[in-house]
Amino acid sequence: MQELITRGKELLADGSVVGILGWKEGDFSYNPEPAFFQNEEELDKFIYDGFCGANLSKFMIEASKKEGKTLVFLKPCDTYSFNQLLKEHRIDREKAYIIGVGCSGKLSLDKIKEAGVKGIQKITEEEDKIHVETLYGDKTLNRSDVLLDRCHVCKGKEHRIFDEIIGESKETNDKDKFSEVEAIEKMSSEEKFLFFQKELSKCIRCNACRNVCPACSCRKCVFDSNKFDSAQKVNTNSFEEKMFHIIRAFHVAGRCTDCGECSRVCPEGIPLHLFNRKFIKDIDELYGEFRAGEDAETVGPLTEFTFDDAEPQEAVERG
Amino acid sequence: MYKIAKEKLPALFQLLANEQELILPIKNSGQVNFGLWDEEVEVDLTALNSVKSPKDAFFPQGESLYTCKKDGKKIEIQQEELRDKDFVIFGMRPCDYRGVEVLDKVFLVDPVDSYYQARREHGIIVTMACSEPEETCFCKVFDIDCADPKGDVAAWLDKDFLYWKPVTDKGKAITEKVSSLFAESDDKAVETIQEDIRSIVEKLPYSNLSLEGWGAGKTDEKFDSPIWESFANSCLACGTCTFICPTCQCYDIKDYNTGNSVERYRCWDSCMYSDFTMMAHGNNRTTQMQRFRQRFMHKLVYFPTNNDGMYSCVGCGRCVSKCPSSLNIVKVIKRFQEEGGKAN
Repeated sequence: MQELITRGKELLADGSVVGILGWKEGDFSYNPEPAFFQNEEELDKFIYDGFCGANLSKFMIEASKKEGKTLVFLKPCDTYSFNQLLKEHRIDREKAYIIGVGCSGKLSLDKIKEAGVKGIQKITEEEDKIHVETLYGDKTLNRSDVLLDRCHVCKGKEHRIFDEIIGESKETNDKDKFSEVEAIEKMSSEEKFLFFQKELSKCIRCNACRNVCPACSCRKCVFDSNKFDSAQKVNTNSFEEKMFHIIRAFHVAGRCTDCGECSRVCPEGIPLHLFNRKFIKDIDELYGEFRAGEDAETVGPLTEFTFDDAEPQEAVERG
Repeated sequence: MYKIAKEKLPALFQLLANEQELILPIKNSGQVNFGLWDEEVEVDLTALNSVKSPKDAFFPQGESLYTCKKDGKKIEIQQEELRDKDFVIFGMRPCDYRGVEVLDKVFLVDPVDSYYQARREHGIIVTMACSEPEETCFCKVFDIDCADPKGDVAAWLDKDFLYWKPVTDKGKAITEKVSSLFAESDDKAVETIQEDIRSIVEKLPYSNLSLEGWGAGKTDEKFDSPIWESFANSCLACGTCTFICPTCQCYDIKDYNTGNSVERYRCWDSCMYSDFTMMAHGNNRTTQMQRFRQRFMHKLVYFPTNNDGMYSCVGCGRCVSKCPSSLNIVKVIKRFQEEGGKAN
């Protein structure tokens, strides 16, 4: 971490960058916040640890509007979102200086709490273990048991775009990326409906999933239009609670990098990434394997036409 | 003081629900929220905070106000009926109860909100002490004693029993209806629970959070601080904090075209949203900094200014654990104390 701070200070001092996009330490072990640092002094509060799951790519939309370059710290999986935003002309490569930071998986506070931890006083990370000191006694947890869901389908340790790399990464991939989707595909229509009904009925329409999503970068979202003849701030009926999420999933299809931020931020623990991953799986099967954000140039299968494209009928027949 | 063995709670819920609707903390797909009891639900009394606060019981996230139907050249207006049946809300935490007292200051003053008032009159609140407060709790800062809950009935839970103390006339009336399930209890067991709770509260990291510099009349001092900008840069502008908060009370009124009628409904609004307080001339808060500032100034300055010093934060800690960017009211309070004097 010190290396990141030192490098940040150097880049600020020599004028290469005018600001830094990183994570600022919180008042607990687990709540750092995404932050813009403007001077060396502020960097004393910079932190990079297991709780820096927040993907900073989307903050580059605002940073791209500023004068001068911003240093942004990106984890390997964050670089996919950065590439995708570049491809969609939402951010400016010239405005970013990217330091790829090492990552060995990020931690989920929800999972730590689900493991029965209450009243956290301090969390210390070790290579494979997490020590939690609490008001009700201490606990040691396996790191692999409390990783964010997305880390179990880790895209690998390669940064897809960077100016320099600091730190080592470790792949944490231990699950098949489509296993959850396949389990749902095997359900009957009634079971599927019940599953999603149960999950989506928890939705409070806070829009955290949309606002954190690097693929949701429209200047004005259709759901924010006051001419839209539907409730934007509440699910007035069970149709609306599904409609919002399904429209969103369709809208980001082919562009979603599966960064998992939607599921990380949902206050109700809805596994929103499942929608997106289903579309990724379908696109792979219909058009050949494709990973949004692997680079900033390749035209995605849904925005390109080729004579080999699947006919709509094929999709219909697949069911 | 009465007591009932924990394993008999389903019978208590059944008996309460026979007479009126019963709302309590229910676990659904891993998350606990207040909902309507029936025999199928999984009641969870161990969760300290429900994800959403129980304010929905009095001020639902969405509610129809009236419907307009066109019949030839006539328009028929049907007002939504006011709540006219009693209901019990069981297991509300002391902080959330204060949340309701905050809402009362808004909706029960002239002009009284009749929809809210009807629900308040028919709601019977059974509060429950917090057996295991967590690091995110800071109700003590607002002089709430989570070991001694207010409400129509106060309840405490230990490993074997639920203790039940009727407080108000409403509480006494509901107690009579279910007293066949209760045994008399002295106060000793509850005193032990209270001692345990208070000793934990003393150790909570936020229990001694200072509110110095906040409160009535501090608008000028805080309004133009550059600190707001540093928060707003990280704020996603989602509505999580406002929708899980027990005291956020802003709402929007909208029309829904059902095809052959127009339903006018109200729903919670969020000062974090870009169309908040949108008026014919446009929006009076055009940046996220202004919106962010509004939320925290409202809780810590404007509300106390207009309500004899009463803060509209109750220290439940929901925003502390749920903000996607880990911003929250405690960080706001602390950062002003740490950096308040600096010109930045």
